[in-house]
Amino acid sequence: MASLGKIARRTFLIGSAAIVGGAAFGAWYVGRPAPNPLMPGRGEAALTPFVLVTDDGVTLITPRAEMGQGTQTTLAALLAEELDLDWQDVRVEHGPPATAYYNGALMGEALPGKGYDQSDFMHGLAETIGKVGKVFDMQVTGGSTAMKDGYTRLRVAGATAREALKWAAAERLGVDAAELRTEKGTVIAPDGTVIAYTDLAAEAAEAPLRAPDLRDPADWKYLGKSMPRLDMVGKATGTAAFGIDARPEGLRFAALRINPKRAGMRSFDASTAEGMAGVERVIELRDGVAVVARNTWLAQQAVDAIEVEWEDAPYPADTDKIFQRIADAFDGSANSTMRDDGDAGTLPGGATEVTAEYTLPYLAHATMEPMNATALYTGDTLTVWAGNQAPTFTRDHCATAAGLEPDQVTVITPYLGGGFGRRGELDFSVYATQVAVAMQGTPVQLTWSREEDMRHDFYRPGAMARMRGAVRDGTAVLLDAQVAAQSTTQQAMGRWLGMSPGGPDKGHVDGLFNAPYAIANHRVRGYLADLDVPVGFWRSVGASFNAFFQDCFMDEMAHAAGADPLEFRLALMRDEYPAGAGVLEAVRDMSGWAGEKPGNTGRGVAFSYSFGTPVAQVVEVVDEDGTIRIAHVWIACDVGTALDPGIIEAQMIGGCIYGLSAAVSEEITFAEGEAEQYNFPDYDALRMHNTPDFTVQILENNAHLGGVGEPGTPPAAPALANALFDLTGTRARRLPLNKSFDLLV
Amino acid sequence: MATQLTINGASHDVDLPEDVPLLWVLRDEIGLTGTKFGCGVAACGACTVHIDGQAVRSCQVALGDVWGDVTTVEGLGTPDRMHALQQAWVEHQVAQCGYCQSGQIMQAASLLAQTPNPTDRQIDDAMQGNLCRCGTYPRIRAAIHTAAAKMEG
Ligand code: FES
Ligand code: FES
Repeated sequence: MASLGKIARRTFLIGSAAIVGGAAFGAWYVGRPAPNPLMPGRGEAALTPFVLVTDDGVTLITPRAEMGQGTQTTLAALLAEELDLDWQDVRVEHGPPATAYYNGALMGEALPGKGYDQSDFMHGLAETIGKVGKVFDMQVTGGSTAMKDGYTRLRVAGATAREALKWAAAERLGVDAAELRTEKGTVIAPDGTVIAYTDLAAEAAEAPLRAPDLRDPADWKYLGKSMPRLDMVGKATGTAAFGIDARPEGLRFAALRINPKRAGMRSFDASTAEGMAGVERVIELRDGVAVVARNTWLAQQAVDAIEVEWEDAPYPADTDKIFQRIADAFDGSANSTMRDDGDAGTLPGGATEVTAEYTLPYLAHATMEPMNATALYTGDTLTVWAGNQAPTFTRDHCATAAGLEPDQVTVITPYLGGGFGRRGELDFSVYATQVAVAMQGTPVQLTWSREEDMRHDFYRPGAMARMRGAVRDGTAVLLDAQVAAQSTTQQAMGRWLGMSPGGPDKGHVDGLFNAPYAIANHRVRGYLADLDVPVGFWRSVGASFNAFFQDCFMDEMAHAAGADPLEFRLALMRDEYPAGAGVLEAVRDMSGWAGEKPGNTGRGVAFSYSFGTPVAQVVEVVDEDGTIRIAHVWIACDVGTALDPGIIEAQMIGGCIYGLSAAVSEEITFAEGEAEQYNFPDYDALRMHNTPDFTVQILENNAHLGGVGEPGTPPAAPALANALFDLTGTRARRLPLNKSFDLLV
Repeated sequence: MATQLTINGASHDVDLPEDVPLLWVLRDEIGLTGTKFGCGVAACGACTVHIDGQAVRSCQVALGDVWGDVTTVEGLGTPDRMHALQQAWVEHQVAQCGYCQSGQIMQAASLLAQTPNPTDRQIDDAMQGNLCRCGTYPRIRAAIHTAAAKMEG
């Protein structure tokens, strides 16, 4: 096939229905079809921005990046289901940066409303508002939105392409298209004539496109089943190419050092570095230096030999002072009051008051593949190879850095060796561009050392909560939650768009204001800490800290009320959100919650609703001669429609391990304005020997399709903390837990 | 002076300072990118290869110290002729982002060569140096057991 790079360089519209896959409704501006970025060569047809038919095969263009969450496999299944491709023949490529691939679901998340109580009308409204994503070219892999966004769009795209191919075959055979059927990449006529799609490419390009009816889910062949992942053989054989594996002809390798105090650079002295083995060039960056050398290691040695004087941090120098500033935010006015039911200011008569304060640390993403990007600048073009979650923003920012127009920039998105939100940032691509510009004509791969990666992250913000509640007659009658942290949304949007949205930051209180518990007096206020510590989206974003506050405190209230913690939650949720109650019941039954358990074990439960999916987890811990081991986790989630159960299970387990890892041992602390953690020995995660066993149940009662990449993370930490309380009688109100419990590490 | 290496059965002359770690020789000089860089300090296992059949962290072995034949994940099996472990990895759909998996598989291959039918405890001991940020450990364990059973039988 023609390479995507070539195809995408110009834009091309097939008829008026180039993006039949989804933009047909909504407001006027955003309702116009986005140009189809695929520019097919002669005899090829790009039937929609998602399907490319050439004479040697059909390629499905997925709008989202594969960072381990299996999204490309399920997106391909959505297309292939309607297009009738044989699974063996399915090929996918990540789409180039293009408006047509905007993420419609991400902006929909910004709507007011709790999410779990969305009516169909609200759901439709979210989809319409989501089209705002298109105005901003918001092609983003994040927010667990790929399936919500692609569920209808890609099936329609597949069906549209199928009908176009049938139309072409009908024209050729002189029969009515309605008499034709499709199977395994071919069109079959009533007389048994079989024509391969690949043979119809040129004629299908002329087809009048129309939006066909979608198949009944009862007839699905691929969707709803655990499909073999398209990336699996490559990843099991070392042949899958990640960003760090880009090897364009004549490649040089670079390493960098950026100010760990996250400010500018006063001066540097590279005289030693310049004479070191293999060194080709030392390049000054605004806030650091890079060295280009024959290989990455030689570049790393040289860059470490440069003496640099850094400017001071634009935030308080150490952790205590940073948290003091977070605490100060409580004294200011609230940025949001996203929930205010009843009268949370007054203690109901006869009720017992419960209070607690919690503090959670800053966290690094620590993707397995360190940040890196490769770039080639020729003077009037720029090609960037970067495992990234935001290709349109990457294109635009790299264009600016190189002094080019966006259409002179090609962004190639290989596999991401983990994303977790980190690869939605643009810094690693922009630095690579700066180096490439200095090395005009030579492709350069800029790889961060693990130390640079960890000390130069956009961290999950540290967060504090002041919780006040009241219980009476075994149930909660009041919950007044206040959370203080930096605003991730404001910072990240500022980096993407150069402007920060004002107004209430919903993401900041996500997992707290929309916790689906019916409590008569219920208020949730968010306070934004005025701090410039670099923060970013970290798997599950606000819910990563708010679920901890919410569900640890639910446990404290249950205890004060003398109630069973699981039944206590259930009673408050049953009418408010039945699908949520369903996952709680599922973990109760799976784990044998009510039964006897040995004296050396403890169990905790937690629940979280995030990204459209309710998830409950029960964690069991065991005291083995004074060392506490996390033994088992039972997980139930309700995703509405389980498009690929195998992938959903993997995401639930992986998301939980990510959350447990952070809870057990991870924290980023600061001294002299610098992060104190450098590498995995200072910032470790669960490993084979201390990872628990898992039992996962996937339910399909929720009214709408929910995300799966993030919702497994939020309940992990509170479920573990609650289990430790059950075992030891000690409440964990700070993380990481290895500071106060003797956990198996 | 060039150093001679045997990698996946082929011989290579490498003209580089002797202190360059094997990892970077493989990735940046020879172009065998299946072996990954994760930490550079022996803390993650992403760079695991075999020297004379034994799993080693290639980020810690200097070019001048390579004491035997090197096998990388590319030499263990190919997409058309996968090793039993790689087949088991596909059967159990182990990988998520996949970045750690070359190292996991090479570590597991070394384990099975020494301990053909490992217990869970032996798997824990052998594999705990290999980090997986995506949390694929339960499926790695299952795949090792499956491969062990297949290789035994
Ligand atoms: S890169 Fe060698 S152990 Fe991490
Ligand atoms: S699969 Fe992503 S780090 Fe292991």
